[in-house]
Amino acid sequence: MSHVLLIEDEPNIAEAIRFILTRDGWSVSTLDDGAAAVAAVHDQRPDIVILDLMLPGRSGLEIVESLRADPATHGLPVLMLTAKGAGREREAAERAGVSRFMTKPFSNADILASVRALAGR
Amino acid sequence: MARRVPLFLKRRSYRRRRLRDAARLLPVFGGFFFLLPILWAPEQSPKPDTAPDGVYLFVVWFLLILAAAALAPGLDGGSDDDDSGT
Amino acid sequence: MTAGPDTGMPFNILVLTCVTYVALLFLVAFVAERRAGIGRARWLRSPAVYTLSLSVYCTAWTFYGAVGYAARSGLEFLTIYLGPTLVFIGWWWVLRKLVRIGRKQRVTSIADLISSRFGKSNLLGVIVTLMAVVAMTPYIALQLQSVTQSFGVFASGTPEGWALPNRDATAIWVAAGLALFSILFGTRKLDAKEQHHGVVTAIAVEAVVKLVALLAVGSFVVWGLADGPSDIFRRISQSTLADWQLQPDRWFGLMFVSAAAVISLPRMFHVMVVEGGDEAHLGRASWAFPAYLMLMSLFIIPIAVMGLERMPTGANPDMFVLTLPLHEGQGALAMLAFLGGFSSATSMVIVEAIALATMVSNHVVMPVWLRLRPDVAMTGDVRGVVLMARRVSIIAILALGYGYYRLSGGSAALASIGLIAFVGAAQVLPAMLGGIFWRGASRFGAALGLIVGLTVWAYTLFLPSFGNDGMIPAHVFAHGPFGIGWLRPQALFGVSGMDPLVHAIVWSMVLNASAFALGSIFSFPGPVERMQGAAFVNVFDEDQTGPQGWARGKAEPETLLMMAGRILGEEAALAFFEAEARRQGKAGFLPDATPEFVELLERRLAGSVGAATAHAMISQIVGRAAVTVEELMAVANETAQIMEYSARLEAQQDELTRTARQLREANEKLTQLSIQKDAFLSQISHELRTPMTSIRAFSEILTEGDLPPTMVAQYGRIIHDEAIRLTRLLDDLLDLSVLENGTVQLNLGLANVQTLLDKALAAAGSTRPERSFTILRDLPSENIFVRTDADRLLQVFINLISNARKYCDNPDPELKIAVRQRAGRVSVDFIDNGSGIPKESQAIIFEKFARLSDQSRAGGAGLGLAICREVMANLGGSVSYLPGQGGAAFRATLPLRLDRKVA
Repeated sequence: MSHVLLIEDEPNIAEAIRFILTRDGWSVSTLDDGAAAVAAVHDQRPDIVILDLMLPGRSGLEIVESLRADPATHGLPVLMLTAKGAGREREAAERAGVSRFMTKPFSNADILASVRALAGR
Repeated sequence: MARRVPLFLKRRSYRRRRLRDAARLLPVFGGFFFLLPILWAPEQSPKPDTAPDGVYLFVVWFLLILAAAALAPGLDGGSDDDDSGT
Repeated sequence: MTAGPDTGMPFNILVLTCVTYVALLFLVAFVAERRAGIGRARWLRSPAVYTLSLSVYCTAWTFYGAVGYAARSGLEFLTIYLGPTLVFIGWWWVLRKLVRIGRKQRVTSIADLISSRFGKSNLLGVIVTLMAVVAMTPYIALQLQSVTQSFGVFASGTPEGWALPNRDATAIWVAAGLALFSILFGTRKLDAKEQHHGVVTAIAVEAVVKLVALLAVGSFVVWGLADGPSDIFRRISQSTLADWQLQPDRWFGLMFVSAAAVISLPRMFHVMVVEGGDEAHLGRASWAFPAYLMLMSLFIIPIAVMGLERMPTGANPDMFVLTLPLHEGQGALAMLAFLGGFSSATSMVIVEAIALATMVSNHVVMPVWLRLRPDVAMTGDVRGVVLMARRVSIIAILALGYGYYRLSGGSAALASIGLIAFVGAAQVLPAMLGGIFWRGASRFGAALGLIVGLTVWAYTLFLPSFGNDGMIPAHVFAHGPFGIGWLRPQALFGVSGMDPLVHAIVWSMVLNASAFALGSIFSFPGPVERMQGAAFVNVFDEDQTGPQGWARGKAEPETLLMMAGRILGEEAALAFFEAEARRQGKAGFLPDATPEFVELLERRLAGSVGAATAHAMISQIVGRAAVTVEELMAVANETAQIMEYSARLEAQQDELTRTARQLREANEKLTQLSIQKDAFLSQISHELRTPMTSIRAFSEILTEGDLPPTMVAQYGRIIHDEAIRLTRLLDDLLDLSVLENGTVQLNLGLANVQTLLDKALAAAGSTRPERSFTILRDLPSENIFVRTDADRLLQVFINLISNARKYCDNPDPELKIAVRQRAGRVSVDFIDNGSGIPKESQAIIFEKFARLSDQSRAGGAGLGLAICREVMANLGGSVSYLPGQGGAAFRATLPLRLDRKVA
């Protein structure tokens, strides 16, 4: 069973994603604070990280950058979500090294497909 | 300070300046007339002179007050523009 | 009042009259304060009131004593009035300059003038204060004595009697009453330039009473007892006064010393410069005050002559004004005379006590206090301390006067004290005149002159006044100290055979002035001194741009504001800073701490606590008491053109710098606005998408079916909540756009601020309900009805309170709500005790979506304050951030009555 770490501060959105992925057979743990994200990745060794762009404590972009800088997590697939307009944020996210970028709102099928694709299933 | 003041003034300013001169002179005249009784030496004269000297002093006093009252309104209004150097 | 010729008036009636009169004075003072308080006091500041207030010059010593003086020395008493007459008709020389300097430099007392002129030196302030207290204490005692004596005249059966059942008790009651009056009306305000309308008006009333009283007694003598003026002249020439002995030295000396005293007596300086301070008034007083003096002395000789003629031999001529009418059976007239004397004594004591108390508190108490607790300028309640110091000083000064009266036993020794005090006060003259006319006058010279003058005065006049073998042993009088003959107190340098008073005047003034002049010539003044010297001597140069004392200083405006608040009071300080900020073209309450502004602030503070203390307090903040080398050079370089040119350049450069800064600020703001515009759209997108995401995700989940009912319900609720959140956001946006366009419909009606606050507190309680907030309110002050849109105002209140609940980070959160009404506007302050809003953010918190950090997003979209601002603008008011309150503080201001159409 593959593990997903979901970092999202909006409790309702986190709940929705957790439900969708759990139903598909993933184990999901959630975190609502950016500051603890990197440590949680090292602890839990997730297969995939889903990350909100705007987080309290530390921004999603910074988290991605520090994950990419660390050899242990260098190749970890990261799916980034954002409610902001696409253009500039997407560029910044790709520069930081996210694996995939999605804007909110999304369809449940899309997010499931993205996670599956990232996991190589 | 070296503000540029014209050498000759308009009639009004000229008047006001002379009025100020008069205001400055007034106490000098007053002092002279108030001290004048010293020269009369009333302590040596035999005649009773409290009453006439008193009348003299009050008359001088009254005239000084009149003069000051006549000068004061003209002094009030003027701004300080052309005042600093005397 | 029908008292027989030789029966004294019943003592009870006298006391009753006296108490009624005093009550009347309290009432007059109270009404004057009230009227001034509501801004209807134009007539209170009229030239007539100013002139009448100057009459504190005429004390009981002149009211009663002039007749006695005339009975003893003929016309010599006139010198006491002729000297001041010359000073006043010559107002263009000295008085005008003093008044102008007093107003420009916000001088609080004569000690402050000297201290401020000589480099804000506190040492000089202390010397002058000490001198004034020493010289004036016996003078105050003299007033207490004269009131007690006049009581005595009535109390005893015979007009000449002095035996009052309890003389000391009378004196102590009088002293206590005067202390009470002075404290009540003399220490209401801190700033000496905020005039004491109550005191001044009461003094003016008393001035009328004493003039009327003396004229009434005089008219009675001339037309009642004698047959008019010609008869009086005849009687004068037949009396013992017929031939008077003019002593040239005394005639000149007394005229000189009374001329000096009229400008250097602390009480005269107080009414003339500190309370009055208007040159137009001075112009009127220049002839009106001499006229007052002339009327006061018009009937002195007739009263003296008639008294000598009619009263039994041995009657005290000092009391003729009172005893003569009594002797002639004119009880009512005697009562009027009594009130006149009472007025003379009380007005003198009140003003003298206030003037001395200001000096003591500003030059002795405050410096010591600041020395002991240097941090106090920022933390303590300076205002309260100064006012308390003044109150205690008033009590102490009157206690001193009373003590002196008791010790001297109310003896005849007191009678001569008036002139002794005059000579003492005149010792300030060289330093004062030198200070305002001679730029070379220095602090060292002034201190030297004052100390020498004070010493000579004490040694030759004051101490000998306690009598041979009193304070100075008899052998010193006869042979000098240690047998040095030329140091005999009344024959200094072997000059014997001179009148002792004139001897003291000559030597004290000559030695004082010489020490002052030589000390000044042989010392080099410090930079502050030179700047002040130039400012005083050239006070009439309007556009004089001297070098700024604070040019290189660095001060945080917020720190300055806090300190100013401690002295001027919160409101006055905010108003002062706001006005300056507006003048500099900035919004809000914090102007730049330009040198001009710091200078202005220092002067404003000087009006409350004196120049030396204000300077010390500002230096604590600006961090520098001295002037820099460049400024020193600027002072030294006195070439007029260069000075003016460079000053003008400097001013232009300042102006340019300021304009550039304003432009930069405007530009920054515009750039920020444009960034904000983008950010605004992006934000709206974000705020809309977030709830949308949940709604979409859960509705898809629900559509797929086969969920347990509990989860259906849970997810349904989430969709519902998020939909509401979306609606609220759209409402806010619409609200804001309506408000910004000014197309909002206002629902005007009467609303009570207190009720609104109650409602707002209840409604805001749902924000972070787990926190218990302490709310500090002053209910009575909130009870104001305003005509406005109550719902809109409530919206603002709720928002501000909710913000405090959300963001106040103090573990024991507190919210203070203060409501004030002033000039048709109501302000409501919300002040919490959290860490406040950092200075750089204060400018943007009212912008849309300007949540200060994403961390603290406690719900809401960051539109709250933006909406508040628009609402208040629509209500004809404003909401702004109040800096320097210790926490986050917002002030909502609105008009008391909002009319239909607001701009």
